[in-house]
Amino acid sequence: MTRRSRWWLLSAIAALVMTAATVYGVGEWRRYQSLQAAPSSVDVATGPSLSGPRVIFRNTAVGDDYGRVAAVPLDDPGAPRAVSDLECDRVDATSERTVCLRTVRGVITTFEATVYRADGTQESSWPLPGIPSRTRLSESSRLVATTAFVTGHSYVAVGFSTETVVTDTVAGTSANIEEFEFKVDGRRVTSPDRNMWGVTFAADDNTFFATAASGGRNWLVEGDLAARTLVAIKEGAECPSLSPDENRIAYKKDLGSGADVRWAIAVFDLATGVEIVLPGEQSIDDQVEWLDDRTVLYGLPRIDAVGDNDIWAAAADGTSDPAIFIEHAMSPAVVSG
Amino acid sequence: MYISLRSTPDNMRPQGPGTGAKVSSVVITLGIVSMLTDISSESVSAILPLYITGVIGLSTIAYGFLDGIYQGISAFVRIAAGWASDRGGQPKWVAFFGYGLSALARVGLLFASGFAALTAVITVDRLGKGIRTAPRDALISASSDAGNFGRSFGTHRMLDTVGAALGPLLAFVILFLIPDGYSTVFVVSLAFALLGVALLGIVVPNIRPAERPAETQPAAPRFRWKQLTDPRLRRLLVAAGLLGLFTIGDGFIYLLLQTRGAFATQWFPLLYVGTNLTFLALAIPFGRLADRVGRARIFVVGHLALLAAYVVAALPVNGAPLTIVCLLLLGVFYAATDGILAALASQFTPPEARATGIAAAQTVVALSRLVASPTFGLLWFLYGSQAAVVGVAVALAIVIPVVALLLRGPARVRADA
Repeated sequence: MTRRSRWWLLSAIAALVMTAATVYGVGEWRRYQSLQAAPSSVDVATGPSLSGPRVIFRNTAVGDDYGRVAAVPLDDPGAPRAVSDLECDRVDATSERTVCLRTVRGVITTFEATVYRADGTQESSWPLPGIPSRTRLSESSRLVATTAFVTGHSYVAVGFSTETVVTDTVAGTSANIEEFEFKVDGRRVTSPDRNMWGVTFAADDNTFFATAASGGRNWLVEGDLAARTLVAIKEGAECPSLSPDENRIAYKKDLGSGADVRWAIAVFDLATGVEIVLPGEQSIDDQVEWLDDRTVLYGLPRIDAVGDNDIWAAAADGTSDPAIFIEHAMSPAVVSG
Repeated sequence: MYISLRSTPDNMRPQGPGTGAKVSSVVITLGIVSMLTDISSESVSAILPLYITGVIGLSTIAYGFLDGIYQGISAFVRIAAGWASDRGGQPKWVAFFGYGLSALARVGLLFASGFAALTAVITVDRLGKGIRTAPRDALISASSDAGNFGRSFGTHRMLDTVGAALGPLLAFVILFLIPDGYSTVFVVSLAFALLGVALLGIVVPNIRPAERPAETQPAAPRFRWKQLTDPRLRRLLVAAGLLGLFTIGDGFIYLLLQTRGAFATQWFPLLYVGTNLTFLALAIPFGRLADRVGRARIFVVGHLALLAAYVVAALPVNGAPLTIVCLLLLGVFYAATDGILAALASQFTPPEARATGIAAAQTVVALSRLVASPTFGLLWFLYGSQAAVVGVAVALAIVIPVVALLLRGPARVRADA
């Protein structure tokens, strides 16, 4: 090939490749713009925001309200949703406070956790080291737990890591539970690859449950905030959620083999040690929320649409098949008052 | 900066010994190939955690597994590719195969949905990276004078790092404009990968070291393992291995900074950008300096910067200034060691065994760091992050003089050349 023909060939390839990528990108941008301009694909309630017993969640219906926090009445989850201005990746709420974990998109993408008062004003905010994963408020609204992936970039060559922090909004302190003493069968686990995630609080504002992992195994642990300890109570249970009566814990249980992960929701009775695996085919990757003492809620991605989810409800005793509770929604939080 | 696409392969023949004033346009073309490829791979790497957890909905554990794959694979194919490149005398086409494989992986990314598919795609991408590195570095040294290896590798690493800095920026701009635009990032990434492969395939000549006019002595025509028995190369491998054992991943440094203040936490996803900017700014100056005062010396100085970075990270003081100083020091470390290692390995290896020699040095470093990180992680937990870093700093402070002694011979030999 002559020198000239080489450059012609290279220029032609460059022009072709760049044009194709640009055309694709512009097409995607227009698709996104038209989605944004379109009204929400679900019924949206207008008027004052909801009060009283309600379910708060992240709205994932395609349209201009995508990603916003919305609410439906507890006794009528199929009613038109009241959408707020708040955009969150994960949300939890009580009647007093709302905690919101979000990705702040931009050329420089950062992550943050923000606590709002009942009237919607911001109370406090702090940065997260990576992508939001789970968040929980204690029933009294005093304690806030956040879990974020410590990622950022592949240059971070320490492998997968999570950071789970419990913040006491009254005392103004916060604790990284990875620094707590962690025991399995009475022995201290000191391996460097320990990771903790998915906190759920008891009503005493001191006891909590979480997941602790090390060496490819994971445990449901019971934590004591004042004593700074974690004690394993069961192996193979992730993202626990304590029932309102505090007798049972629902969690993710891996029914797959090896690298093939398939999570089901299981409910564990703390007094009897009996575990019930709830029916369902699709793998569930969420921290369960209890609707009441008999029903659990969790989010499941829609197979037909990327980035869209539904909230499902399942009987905690496993006696009936799960059913869709709220369409186009994820990260449910039940607010009782 | 000297970048010209007009120079053609025909006048790319390296100048005779002693000139060493300019960097060969082959080196610059290879630098641009690496830049395009790094834009491609780093744009995907930057958003992969978001994509995996947010869109595919994969678990935390699965992500850790993927990250492990990212690190381990390339060390092992490296030596094989270096050997194949020397043995067949086709460094360009071995490198082309490596770049091509990574581009192919980008096509796979467009269709991958789910854990298994994504694992396969990332594995192929890293295999490609492992394959291409040593033959490409052999091409760089084959088209440079022995007198300006440092500058040539510095130029290449600078362009490479420009790509690594631009990639994530490009990806986040796309996601900023199209928040669910992951597929657009993948398409753009594929476009850059194809550009890189095309530039390499069409423009870069296949320089066979054995065909080059010999500089000092007539080169043996074929590769033989015993060509790698130069005691200076052996000392370099030992030195690089020793230092590698006390080179903990940047991630640990970033984590340490992050646990100490809100500034580092807020900018955690971007700390590596600070390191990269320093790296790209200093790669050429350090390469030139290395050509002048001795590459081994600069290699040792780079590790002193690493030692200083450990000390700064271990200081019980918070704040933005110290975080920035630490990132600068890490950048100095990379600028003074990454390209220089390849330059040193080239210097101690006859042209027809160069890809293998370079691959050997890089594999030693990769493997010793693979040992270093988990060991450090253990210390981190047992004795606390601060004590662990202090411990590694002390060890490094002991090893650096040993290495300086070990490499003293080669530095003197260089001065004679």
